[in-house]
Amino acid sequence: MGDGMVTIYLMGKAYSVPENLTIMKAMEYSGFQLKRGCGCRGGFCGACATVYRIKGDYRVQEGLACQTVVEEDMYLSMIPFYPAIKKKYDIEELEPETNVLRQLYPEINRCLGCNTCTRSCPQELEVMDYMNAAIRGDIEKVANLSFDCIMCGLCASRCPAELVQHNVAILARRIYGKYILPKARHLAERVREIEDGRIEKEVDELIAKDREGLEKLYNERDIEGE
Amino acid sequence: MSYPDMMRAAIKKVEETRKKRLDETFSMLSPEEKKELLENFHPDYRDDAFREVKVGANKGQSLPHEVVDILEARSRIDPDSFSLDVDREVDVLVIGGGGGGSSAALIADALGAEVLQVTKLRMGDANTMMAQGGIQIADKENDSPAIHFLDVMGGGGFANKPDLVKALVMDAPEVGKWLEDLGYMFDKEEDGRMVTRHGGGTSRKRMHSARDYSGAEIMRTLRDEVQNREVPTIEFLPAVELLLTEEGSCQGAVLYDLETEEYMVIRAKTVILATGGFGRIHVSGFPTTNHYGATADGLVMAYRAGANLLFMDSTQFHPTGAAFPEQIVGLLITEKVRGLGAQLVNNEGEQFVYPLETRDAEASAIIRECEDRGRGIETPTGMKGVWLDSPMIDQIHGKGTLKKELPAMFRQFDRFDIDITEDPILIYPTLHYQNGGVEIDASCETRVKNLFVAGETSGGVHGKNRLMGNSLLDVLVFGRRAGRAAAERVREVKFGKLSLDHVKDYNRGLEEGGVETDRVSPMLLPDYSAEGSF
Repeated sequence: MGDGMVTIYLMGKAYSVPENLTIMKAMEYSGFQLKRGCGCRGGFCGACATVYRIKGDYRVQEGLACQTVVEEDMYLSMIPFYPAIKKKYDIEELEPETNVLRQLYPEINRCLGCNTCTRSCPQELEVMDYMNAAIRGDIEKVANLSFDCIMCGLCASRCPAELVQHNVAILARRIYGKYILPKARHLAERVREIEDGRIEKEVDELIAKDREGLEKLYNERDIEGE
Repeated sequence: MSYPDMMRAAIKKVEETRKKRLDETFSMLSPEEKKELLENFHPDYRDDAFREVKVGANKGQSLPHEVVDILEARSRIDPDSFSLDVDREVDVLVIGGGGGGSSAALIADALGAEVLQVTKLRMGDANTMMAQGGIQIADKENDSPAIHFLDVMGGGGFANKPDLVKALVMDAPEVGKWLEDLGYMFDKEEDGRMVTRHGGGTSRKRMHSARDYSGAEIMRTLRDEVQNREVPTIEFLPAVELLLTEEGSCQGAVLYDLETEEYMVIRAKTVILATGGFGRIHVSGFPTTNHYGATADGLVMAYRAGANLLFMDSTQFHPTGAAFPEQIVGLLITEKVRGLGAQLVNNEGEQFVYPLETRDAEASAIIRECEDRGRGIETPTGMKGVWLDSPMIDQIHGKGTLKKELPAMFRQFDRFDIDITEDPILIYPTLHYQNGGVEIDASCETRVKNLFVAGETSGGVHGKNRLMGNSLLDVLVFGRRAGRAAAERVREVKFGKLSLDHVKDYNRGLEEGGVETDRVSPMLLPDYSAEGSF
C-alpha cells in the first residue's frame, strides 16, 4: 500500500494496520481486547499459536502471534486451544526404558514421516527428528532436540497422523531429567545438612546481628571470581 | 528489520573498542556511589510519580499513581445485591496458575486436601514461564544458605523481613531436590554436578539454570505434574473478590468466567492467592517484561479484605529490556547475557558501569547515561538505549557459546534479522518486578486469617530490590509453604456465614477519604485496544 499500512484479514474480516506490527499488536490496534490467545507476549508460553495464509498462496503457514510480523493480505486465525491428548502418569513409577514413550503414546508409530511438524514449529525445532528418536526409544535425543518447545501445539494441530509431539516431548524430558541425567550429589548433601540441623545456626546468627553489623559483613564479603 | 544505517554507525564504535574492552574490568560502585546514583536516577525516587493512598491498611503512604489507581477503585460486584449462594465447596482454593499457585496446589493435594486451582488465563500463562536466567540455590561446597542470606539482605537494602529470607535460603536446596526429582533438566556437568553462574549481587556462583528456559522448564514441569495428579483446575476463571466470614477470616472467593461473563461463588476453608505482580499496570509509563495477566489482581483483593502491603513504593526495573526493534520493546534480555561476559557500552563505545551491579543500580546507571550524560543511542522511533555487547560472549567462551547458552534470546532477535552473535543489542530499563506486596509470615499467612499469599503478590522477602534467580526460588519456596500451611489449616476450619461486608466497609473508606472515582478493579486484562500497546 506504500503508506505504511497493510491489509490483514482477522478471521476473514479486513483491517488496515501499520506494517511492522506483530499479529498480536495488529489485533489490538484493530480494537480487539484479547482474552484467549495471549499469554507472555514474549514467545515463551505458546498461548498465541496462529495459522495464516497469504492471498494467492495455497500454503498455510504457522507462527506465534506475538512474534510474527503482519504481511499484506494475510488471512489469519488463532488456535488458542487444541484438543490434544495428554497421558497421565506417575513419574515415580516410570522406568527409563526404550519402550516407555511408545507404551504411553503407542500412536507415535503411525508417524508418516511427512515433516509437517518440523515445518510448522515456530521454534524451528527438528520435531520430526525427535519423533523418530521417540519411536526408537532414544529418550536423551528427544529431550535435547525438544528442549526449546513452548508447547503451543501447532505441530499436533497440523499432524496428519494425529500425534501429540509436544506431549511426547515433555514426557521424554521429565524421564531424562529424573532418571538419565546423573543426580547432583552436592545438592543432596546440602539437603541432608539442613535436615540434620547443621545449617540453621549460621543463618540465625546473622539474623541476630543489627543492621550495621550485617551491612559491614555484606560490604566486606568475598566474591567468588570467574 | 536489521539495524538501520543510523544505528549501524553507532555499532561501529562498539566494534572498534571491543578488543580493548575484553581485558577491561569496570570498577564496582562503592556503597556511597551506589546510594547517590539511586537517589538521583532510580524511578522509585521521582516524587511526581507518587501520591498518598487514602483508604485501607496502608492509608497515608505514598505509592505510585498506578498502584493507588487500582487500590482506590470500586469492586466489580455490588456488595449489597450480590448473591452469595455457593456454587462449589472445597478445602483449599488456589487462585493463580503460575509457579506459585501450581506448587501450592501440588503440595496441598499431596497432603490430602481437596484443592481447586483457578486461573485467569491458561495454566502456565505467568511470569514463571518467562524467567530465563535461573534459580538461586546455595548447594555448592563454597556456598551456604547463610552466604545466600547475606546476599539477599544486601541486595534488598537490608529492608527484607529476615524470617522470610531465612525461609527462602533454607528451603532452596530442598526445592532444588524437588525439581530434580520431578525431572527438571538442570544444566549439569557430566557427573551430575550443577552448572552455576553469577547473577547481579551474588557473591557465589549459585545461579542454576535450564539453558535460558529456566522458568519455562519449571512451569511446564509443574503444569504437567498438576495434570498427572489430576488436581482440579479451571482456566479463564479469575477471582474478582475474596469472601470473608462474619468473624473476618477468609473463606472463599467470587470468581468471574471471562468467556460466559458469569460469576461463581466458591466456599473454601483456606484460600491461597498466587496471582503474580503488577507489570501490566505500567508504573511510571515504563514498558514491561511481564506477561499479559500481570495486573495485580490479588494485591487489590487482599487489600480490600484488610491485608497490608509492604514496599509497594519499590519497583524493580530490569536494566536490560529490548529497546529495538520496536515490536519487542520492553522484552526481557536476561541478566545471563551479562553473566556470560557481555558489557554495557555507551555511544562512545565505552563501558560506564560494572555489568553485574544489583538491578536497581544497573538500571539507574543506564538511565543516567541516556538522560543525563546524553550518551545513549537513539532508535528510529526516538527511543534511547545503550548497547549490550553480546558478541563478546563467543569471543570469551568460544564460538557457539551464545547459541548454546541463550537459544531463546538468539531466536528472539533472529526473527527480526538481528544476529546477536555478530551485533550488540540495544537495551533500556523495563518494568520487571513488584518488589513489594502483601505482608505474609513465614507460613505465607496474611493479616487476614486463612488467607495465604505466595510469590510476587507477597512482599517482604526481597526488601526493596530482588536479586536475579530469587523469584523462581520465591514462587517455589513460598508456593510450597502456602500449600502446606493452607492444607494443614483445613482441619481446624468450620464453615461460617459468607460476607462481603469488607467490600462495603472499603467503599465507605473510599468515601471518607474523599475518593470520587468510577475506576473498577481488579483490572483483570489490560486494554491495549484503545491507545496502542506495549
